[in-house]
Amino acid sequence: MLRFIVRRLALLVPILLGLSVLLFAWVRALPGGPAYALLGERATPEAIAAIESQLGLDRPLWEQYLQFLGRAVRLDFGASIQTGQPVTEEMLRRFPATIELALAALLIAVAVGIPLGYLAARRYGTWIDNLAVTGSLLGVTIPIFFLAYMLKYVFAVELGWLPTAGRADPRARADHPTGFYVLDGIVTGNLDASWDAIQHLILPALALSSIPLAVIVRITRASVLNVVNEDYVRTAEAKGLLPGTITRRHVLKNAMLPVTTVIGLQLGVLLAGAVLTEKVFAFSGVGQFMADGLVQRDFPTIQGFILVIAIVYVVINMIVDLVYGLLDPRVRVS
Amino acid sequence: MRVHRKAGRVLALTAAAGLLVAACGGDDSGGSGDSGSGNGDGGDPKTFIFGSSEDPKTLDAAYVSDGESLRVIYQVYETLVALEPGTTEVVPGLAEEWEISPDGLTYTFHLREGVTFHDGEPFNAEAVCFNFDRWYNFTGPQQSGDVSYYWQTVFGGFATADLESSPPTSRYGSCDATDELTATLNLTEPSSALLAGLVLPPFSIASPKAIEEGGTDIEQAGDSLSYTGGFGSEVVAGTGPFKFVSWERGESLTLERNDDYWGEAPALDEIIFRPIPDPTARLQALQAGEIDAYEGVNAADIGAIESNGDQVVERPAFNVGYVGFNNKLPIFQNEKIRQAISHALNRQGLLDAAYPEGAVVANQFLPPEQWGYNQSIEGYEYDPDLARQLIADSGETNLTLEFWYPADVSRPYMPDPQAVYESFAADLQAVGFTIVPKTVPWTPDYLQNIQGDGLGQLFLLGWTGDYADPDNFVGTFFRQDRPEFGFSDPAIQGLLNEALAETDQAARQALYEEANQAIYDYIPGVPFVHNQPLLAVAGHITGYTPSPVSLEDFDLIDIEG
Repeated sequence: MLRFIVRRLALLVPILLGLSVLLFAWVRALPGGPAYALLGERATPEAIAAIESQLGLDRPLWEQYLQFLGRAVRLDFGASIQTGQPVTEEMLRRFPATIELALAALLIAVAVGIPLGYLAARRYGTWIDNLAVTGSLLGVTIPIFFLAYMLKYVFAVELGWLPTAGRADPRARADHPTGFYVLDGIVTGNLDASWDAIQHLILPALALSSIPLAVIVRITRASVLNVVNEDYVRTAEAKGLLPGTITRRHVLKNAMLPVTTVIGLQLGVLLAGAVLTEKVFAFSGVGQFMADGLVQRDFPTIQGFILVIAIVYVVINMIVDLVYGLLDPRVRVS
Repeated sequence: MRVHRKAGRVLALTAAAGLLVAACGGDDSGGSGDSGSGNGDGGDPKTFIFGSSEDPKTLDAAYVSDGESLRVIYQVYETLVALEPGTTEVVPGLAEEWEISPDGLTYTFHLREGVTFHDGEPFNAEAVCFNFDRWYNFTGPQQSGDVSYYWQTVFGGFATADLESSPPTSRYGSCDATDELTATLNLTEPSSALLAGLVLPPFSIASPKAIEEGGTDIEQAGDSLSYTGGFGSEVVAGTGPFKFVSWERGESLTLERNDDYWGEAPALDEIIFRPIPDPTARLQALQAGEIDAYEGVNAADIGAIESNGDQVVERPAFNVGYVGFNNKLPIFQNEKIRQAISHALNRQGLLDAAYPEGAVVANQFLPPEQWGYNQSIEGYEYDPDLARQLIADSGETNLTLEFWYPADVSRPYMPDPQAVYESFAADLQAVGFTIVPKTVPWTPDYLQNIQGDGLGQLFLLGWTGDYADPDNFVGTFFRQDRPEFGFSDPAIQGLLNEALAETDQAARQALYEEANQAIYDYIPGVPFVHNQPLLAVAGHITGYTPSPVSLEDFDLIDIEG
């Protein structure tokens, strides 16, 4: 087990090295580069030259790359052009929001997706099944931002049930020691703040959950359909086991194996989807910061974000493999 | 396909509704969707929530030139001279009155008595000079063009020139605290634009104690600059009608009324700035009552805003959009070609089709609200036949031109660059030009190609006034050589330099009018629009006074209820 983890983490090194070369080369290859991003409309040739010498952009490329790498190893990506604050600090400040949103979306996707997929499989060919299959197809195809605007229009603007933007009512001036707003309310004993944070979470989480939800429904359905036709299920039925026991011990446990993999992979999708969702809901996580960074050519932020996402991806994949081993003894043996 | 999409929307919404009912449990009591501000409960604080497009960079006024930082800073700090709200007229601010010596080198400011900073420190001449000396003694990265843009625009250089780009000389000589309430500013050369410049928020007088305690360091961090000082983010103390309370980056920045304010007390108890980067999200937040105002309204949304009972506020047009010519190209050195283009463009037609109401055709490179505007210039007439004639007379045979316009951007003077391009390209093709479109993203590509490398042939660009002085418009474009215009006309440059040095207001005005005539006759490009930027303000808000230079006093705002 330990060797497995070490081996997977060691794999990070070549991945990150390759990525760092790409990220570095990409920023330098763009016309203008950092100096123009800093100065904008006010750029004069003299100001550009001064900034470039000040930032060391006039030195040889390999030297610049080594400097970039040296800083990146220490998780120092420089200061964000948007805010003038260190990128690492900005990421740390915003990651709780994104994690909170991704977990909420995953919760919806799993809590609704698995039962719905199971139901569709057991009622194969009925209207429930058709609804689940069509619905999940649409869930994958509707663009997130379109769904987000529609959700806001109906539930926030027209019905007024939920807020349109942000993570909390700014008038409340609640304390946020951890940055996870729902948790913060509980920690500080301010349950109104938690409730407020949950209300702000619902619409963005719904929008963000649309793709994972659809995928989980389809995989669960397919997987359950597969398992119920296995010999061991027929054997269990022949033995006269209660239907509930068969479902729990034999069908669900085996059907969950591919679903686990998919849930793990969807975590990565959630982080990517958060870029759009957070932007549309002004939800101040890393996704929104990245989206604004792209528009404003905030290179340090983009570089930092992509590296962090890469690390998260690799680590999640590793965890998925570990969980897989727990669920399926066959994997452990091999 | 279309049917499927629609069905999917209904499905998704139905599914979402089901979840919502479950999640909300039918309890609507905590609904923060309703704006509680000024709903008439009497005891409720009056809170004005502004939906900004992004966070300020810092509240250290000396370091900023972007609109979102300036907006917040303008409520917290004050300058020696101020603007009459809604105009560009200079009126007393922290200085009740001032005298200018006949040679234009000495400004004596008589300061307001009994003013205190938000941290309790007294406001006096020493505090004023502390701030001026701080700016003048900026070093290293503080001298970078994106940090101290306005100081360099108004005063030029610093005590030492640390960067290649630092202006070699400074107009600033010294500041003397002659007595408790008299501050004397000594210049090394007269600058007639000084007072108009001093109204800008970057010349805000901040509490010296807060500056020293908070720290104002700027560090080189990788490829960019990091504002590491605590002044402007943790410690903030000015003299303005509102004082800093808290700033949760990405979420909200809160100010509250300064009860010790020397002037008339504001009606609002609290101002909150909420960054909502997406324009459609800002519109929805306004419609849901979560914010009370935002800037950057799309012309297409005006109907939706007004039908919701909210107001669309027009800011006076203090900008200019123009079609520039790269005059170093041989074809543009032919005067007849420049004249032909000026008559080929149907500018009124473009404005009718692609601009909101209130946009006016420009015939000079500065707006009519700015003194120095030459009233006697009538503007180039739209006359395609004359344009064809001029082209024939010019003797040019190769009439192919690259026409550059920026992609994915909306500027105050140009909400939709592509629409401008399409309209003008059609006009030019109608008189015989062959137009090759060239488009790249606004920043950094477009600005670099046009302003840096002078690659444009025909190009779209514009300017929004930083402060109310003609030098900020025509001086910016034509006082020195600029790569994008690619020409050097001694007569025009001479007039503009003379106008900047002149201290007599009437003589200055005459010089700028003359310069505008000379520019108009030369035709280095064709100005086509002064556009009015639009703001959306909630129906229950009164007293939102739009400012031509985008400096709006929130202490005039009240909430009806």
